[in-house]
Amino acid sequence: MIEYNRFTLDNGLTVLVHEDTATPMAVVNVLYDVGARDEHPEKTGFAHLFEHLMFGGSINIADYDEPLQRAGGDNNAYTTNDLTNYYCQLPAQNIETAFWLESDRMLSLAFSEKSLSVQRKVVCEEFREHYINKPYGDVWKHMRHLAYTVHPYQWMTIGKELSHVENAHIDDVKHFFFKHYRPVNAILVVAGNVKTEDIKQLAQKWFGPIPMGDKYIRCLPQEPVQNQARRLTIEAEVPLDAFVKTWHMDARLNKGYYTADLITEILGGGASSRLYQSLVKEQKLFSNLDCYHFGSLDAGLLTIEGKLVKGVDINKAEQAISEQIAQIQEQPVAIAELTKVKNKTESVIAFEDMSIMSRASSLAMYELMGDASLMNTELEKYQEINPQDIVDYSKQIFRESNSNTLHYLAK
Amino acid sequence: MLNRKIQPTITDAVSFDLKLRTCEQYQLDNTVPVYSMNAGTQDVLMIEWVFKAGNWFEQKNIVAGTTNFLLKNGTSTKTAYQINDHFEFYGAYLNRTCYNETASITLHCLSKHINELLPVVAELITDSIFPEEELTTYQQNQKQKLSVNLKKCDFIANRLIDEYVYGFHHPYGKYTSTLDYDQLNRNELVEFFKRFYAEGHCTIFTAGKIPSDLQSQLNKYFGALPLQQRAIPNIQYNLQSSQEKKHQIINDANGVQGAIRIARPFPNKHHPDYQKTQILNNVFGGFFGSRLMSNIREDKGYTYGIHSYIQNHMGDTAWMISTEAGRDVCEATISEVYKEMEILRNEPIDEDELSLVKNYMLGTVLGDLDGPFQLIARWKNYVLNNLDEQYFYNSVQLIKSTGAEELNELAKKYLNPEEFYELTVI
Repeated sequence: MIEYNRFTLDNGLTVLVHEDTATPMAVVNVLYDVGARDEHPEKTGFAHLFEHLMFGGSINIADYDEPLQRAGGDNNAYTTNDLTNYYCQLPAQNIETAFWLESDRMLSLAFSEKSLSVQRKVVCEEFREHYINKPYGDVWKHMRHLAYTVHPYQWMTIGKELSHVENAHIDDVKHFFFKHYRPVNAILVVAGNVKTEDIKQLAQKWFGPIPMGDKYIRCLPQEPVQNQARRLTIEAEVPLDAFVKTWHMDARLNKGYYTADLITEILGGGASSRLYQSLVKEQKLFSNLDCYHFGSLDAGLLTIEGKLVKGVDINKAEQAISEQIAQIQEQPVAIAELTKVKNKTESVIAFEDMSIMSRASSLAMYELMGDASLMNTELEKYQEINPQDIVDYSKQIFRESNSNTLHYLAK
Repeated sequence: MLNRKIQPTITDAVSFDLKLRTCEQYQLDNTVPVYSMNAGTQDVLMIEWVFKAGNWFEQKNIVAGTTNFLLKNGTSTKTAYQINDHFEFYGAYLNRTCYNETASITLHCLSKHINELLPVVAELITDSIFPEEELTTYQQNQKQKLSVNLKKCDFIANRLIDEYVYGFHHPYGKYTSTLDYDQLNRNELVEFFKRFYAEGHCTIFTAGKIPSDLQSQLNKYFGALPLQQRAIPNIQYNLQSSQEKKHQIINDANGVQGAIRIARPFPNKHHPDYQKTQILNNVFGGFFGSRLMSNIREDKGYTYGIHSYIQNHMGDTAWMISTEAGRDVCEATISEVYKEMEILRNEPIDEDELSLVKNYMLGTVLGDLDGPFQLIARWKNYVLNNLDEQYFYNSVQLIKSTGAEELNELAKKYLNPEEFYELTVI
């Protein structure tokens, strides 16, 4: 049970405080309700590039990192398709420095041309390092494009192509900032050795004066139900054939999401999972195999992905996966196996909640989804799922017409 | 009126009185030492069994790593599947890792399940049988994984720079080929297992919310095993550094980036320069605000990240600079690294920058002392390196007291480009 207090400033900024006196540290986590899904299709990668620019100086403070480091603090940030999250951790007695820094960059960035031109290059190197210069680095570029016809999940957070990042202009930066980086679109979470009363004062002092801004109303085109299987074959300079297949699954808060999560565990979670045992160990068709999803807030993709043992025909490998899927659709999962994946889920949640940093980001995430208290009822939602739910949901999503298949072949 | 231009008052981390929480120590009946950190609020537990079973002790490449990897793949009464299913049923994670001097089995679980899990861990370290078929599958899959990794410039660079610094016959410098996998045979694993696990030397580390009967449970399952009896072989390796200092490799003619590694030999943790040099390293390339990051990423945009660090070895080690940079700016990146060395040799670090780095380092230490797993990791590092908590207090004291002049002397002593090995892999 993670406890917290919540209040809202007049400018719409939601503030959550999680007190933990066992630590000498404090975490200040600011989540902005904007991710790669909110980008213009011709200007992709922008939310992530923007995250870099948030460290390039704000209106009153030339450098973000230096004063924080001087206060004994450290920080980082990440951008997903759904959201952008900034967090810093520092000795609790120096927490006001974090309020000073975070509030100034919410007030306004410096919009430095130099920062933009350098970070364009840095992000292009990040793009090259992870998605161009690595074998299989472009798998998700192809898969997203295949699986989504209208929803902006069709591109990766790094962007569709380098040119989108290279062409980012300072006017785009300003427009993006004042549209999305306003108090009314943000959630502030403070966790650690702090008192809610003190945080109220600090929040009012530093964030209170920032203009509210307009609430960003998201209206993204939702992906229509897919009624025909899509397939793509690609040849690349890679040593092994790879197989990737996805099926559309439910959005984050639906019951189907929790069921899908357990299905990925049954099929691909760990060395006793069905796909690993059957296809890697017994049939020796794949040298590695994973089943996962990204935890997307909008309707996401359940994915099975693996590399084939050299010499194995990819159609034969795909057939073997289909057989496993048929099994989970037709035979109710044994109670012991269902208990196993629920136990694993309980364990994952307990380990995740160990650090104040991860508690803070989880609270922010659940608050974004509607209510931070959802964090404390997650396990119950998994516990409620029964063997029939697994069968029913497997039948619902594992339709061939709901699938996208990528054969990524060695040239 | 709120003045947003001025940083709120801070307490300098150098004024903190940092205390390392003590670690409970006891011995099992067979003298296996146990270190225990009872802390934390979640009902979770970590237990690590550390054996003197690293690649230091193998007579043929990757025998140690393979033995460690296949510990979960079969005993005389359980298949690999049954073993994995058992741990996963209780939501537990059983990982194993092979290092140079040591090799570990690590269990993470909810505290309430520990009594179901300990007997099976004991079974693994007394009765692993390394089935032939498991070995064959492992060989095939590891070779496939290697074939993918060999396409990556950073993977190639990490292997080669270690070879240049330590020599291929040194445990720190050797690496694995397809042929090594082909040449493995089951008997070597069985023998290595018997000598270095079943009859080996073990140290146990536990952390988290420790159940009150854990000591007796550990003693029950591990206290009667024939551990700590045979002497640890005394094996010494000589460094055989490369004659040639500068290397360039084209691994992928179409590569768009180069992996750059620049490294020099550096003494071990017991050397008087070691801890002070950590401060110099932080200024140089040890954190986001370092000079290498500020110059090469934040000013020039040549790379997504550049770091320097002293490799975490028990013996003599290396000081390393590591980055992936755009193919056309690799040379410029290397020359900027040397420029930053030159500045550190020629000019004392100014007080403002030094105090920032010290505060940052001590703030990080404070954060690192938070939570049972971080605490036990620190203790493990001390215990395995024959250090004690005094090392921690010395380190904190040195961060507080070391001055710019001393760091300048260290820069003159260690940051000389002609002593560095340099490698670019495209």
